[in-house]
Amino acid sequence: MAGLPDPMVPSPLRVQRVRRETYDTFTLELEPANGADGFSFAAGQFNMLYAFGVGEVPISISGDPTKPQTLVHTVRSVGAVTQAICKLKRGDVLGVRGPFGSHWPVEEAAGGDVVIVAGGIGLAPLRPVIYYLLSNREKYGRLALVYGARTLQDLLYNPELEKWRGHFDLAVEVTVDTAAASYRGNVGVVTTLIPRVQFDPLQTAVMVCGPEVMMRFTLRELEARGIGPENIFMSMERNMKCAVGFCGHCQFGPTFICKDGPVFRYDQIQAFFAKREV
Amino acid sequence: MGSSSLDTELAVLERDHLQLLLDILGKRGYRVVGPTVRDRAVVYDDLASVTDLPVGWTDEQDGGIYRLKRRNDGALFGYAVGPDSWKKFLHPPVVRLWRDKTGGNGFQLVEEDEGVPRFAFIGVRPCELHAIAIQDKVLLNGKYRDPSYEARRQGLFVLALNCGHAGGTCFCASMNTGPKATFGFDLALTEVLEADRHYFVVEIGTELGAEILREVPHKAASQAEKATAEGIVAKTAGQMGRRMYTTGIKDLLYRNYESPHWSDVAKLCLTCGNCTMVCPTCFCTTVEDVTDLAGEHAERWRKWDSCFTMDFSYIHGGSVRASPMARYRQWMTHKLATWIDQFGTSGCVGCGRCITWCPVAIDITEEVNAIRRSERGS
Repeated sequence: MAGLPDPMVPSPLRVQRVRRETYDTFTLELEPANGADGFSFAAGQFNMLYAFGVGEVPISISGDPTKPQTLVHTVRSVGAVTQAICKLKRGDVLGVRGPFGSHWPVEEAAGGDVVIVAGGIGLAPLRPVIYYLLSNREKYGRLALVYGARTLQDLLYNPELEKWRGHFDLAVEVTVDTAAASYRGNVGVVTTLIPRVQFDPLQTAVMVCGPEVMMRFTLRELEARGIGPENIFMSMERNMKCAVGFCGHCQFGPTFICKDGPVFRYDQIQAFFAKREV
Repeated sequence: MGSSSLDTELAVLERDHLQLLLDILGKRGYRVVGPTVRDRAVVYDDLASVTDLPVGWTDEQDGGIYRLKRRNDGALFGYAVGPDSWKKFLHPPVVRLWRDKTGGNGFQLVEEDEGVPRFAFIGVRPCELHAIAIQDKVLLNGKYRDPSYEARRQGLFVLALNCGHAGGTCFCASMNTGPKATFGFDLALTEVLEADRHYFVVEIGTELGAEILREVPHKAASQAEKATAEGIVAKTAGQMGRRMYTTGIKDLLYRNYESPHWSDVAKLCLTCGNCTMVCPTCFCTTVEDVTDLAGEHAERWRKWDSCFTMDFSYIHGGSVRASPMARYRQWMTHKLATWIDQFGTSGCVGCGRCITWCPVAIDITEEVNAIRRSERGS
């Protein structure tokens, strides 16, 4: 896919498999429609997905970076374009431009503990990190995944969550904002789980993705646990039309989310993150 | 000039020979565009002849005010910039990016391959040379290059014009972008009107400029003619309608990101986006994906966009910059502060268009002053 003359022209990829994650969220497995090479990417990067004739949206890659032959995207159906994407069936074609943007610091985090904090669909851009960490388990200290969703019906990747829970060397904490009184699991916002996680504040990389308000409160909890802003990484979202720094839509203060992000070290955006309507 | 190599000496071109220069550019295959009067404004469009220029016109400009007025001479360039800028040619308002070749399922998209003209720009003001250089940084100097812009930018011929008239909203002298052209031109003219003579002092910027000048009758400029041209530019520099104090402006705006002053200006701002449309450096665009009625063939079009719309910052759940306060703050902070971090230059060239074409006369120079004053607590 790389080496296209024009970064604005999507390549056709064919849908191989569609998996229903929740009532509104689907995972698509894509392969090049024209027999081209696999799709190399780094955990945290995104693609522009084009639903034929409808439009284009930025979507993070949710697959395994060590398996580039299949491109995986998890899409929540919330607007015209994502609705069209979620209706695609095996054999249909989707336009793809990318991969774009910065990535999670999985290599830089080696030697220390890693904590992943995800809210809702924010788990999708972090799943490649989990794949990477688990296949390079010996390089890391303690690993923890803290995941919150609105309800049990909103939890993504249920079969995998259960599998990851089975790992003795990966702490998995899951919570939902609301649940029936009979539910025995954690109920409450994701930040309530952070005090439970064990890590060494001086040697830990935290990777956070979710709604901005969730990230804001997560940062507060992390600060209370003694994690410095230089050890916190977060993935940001803004409107995007081009993904290559031309359209201007994704500006966040002096940064462009598409080319300087979407993954930022917290201290790179700290001055603007606490402000409103940036 | 006589000599064949690039010469720093200035030449003189009589007014009656300017037509020959345009003819030569036309013969060389350029699409010759420049200022002309339409709808009671100076706009940029195709020039067939010198008489298409706004001969004998000048303008009155102030916040929210633009009027063409008659001069009492035959000046060809006796006005300041109008609502158009050269970005309408280099970064057009509407461009098709691609179309699909096959249609339907299994579509194949092909890059837009329509040929673009080679432009010769006539009468580019110094502030506009800076604006073009700024758009070059945005669209050509990053990891990706905009192929549409690059195709139009390549092979551009620039006939610049040193300003002999400062508009009521001009402040290039504050931004160090004028009123004299210092780079980015093939030839630069200074228009001189005397009682019995009308001529241009010509500076050569490139070998191509020298080559084209050689095909037109001209002579070396005398000391007196050079001094006259210098005097015209110096006088213009002293006639700026506005001034902007730029010292520490980036930090000023970063410090005052949450200043209550933004709400004051937001009470006036209609968020119409005029300032972004007339700004020669504003580069933001959106895309529109369209199909034929049968839904079998698709195209993507790129259009100018404005950070003053709600759509601009829309993500699932709503617009990030929902208030006019946030949108005005984004535009002005980008123009004068974040632009410097992004591209190593201010996004403002002091052309004054955003002041003139603002329907409620919001003045960017005055907004900077107001923020400075608010810091001093007065």
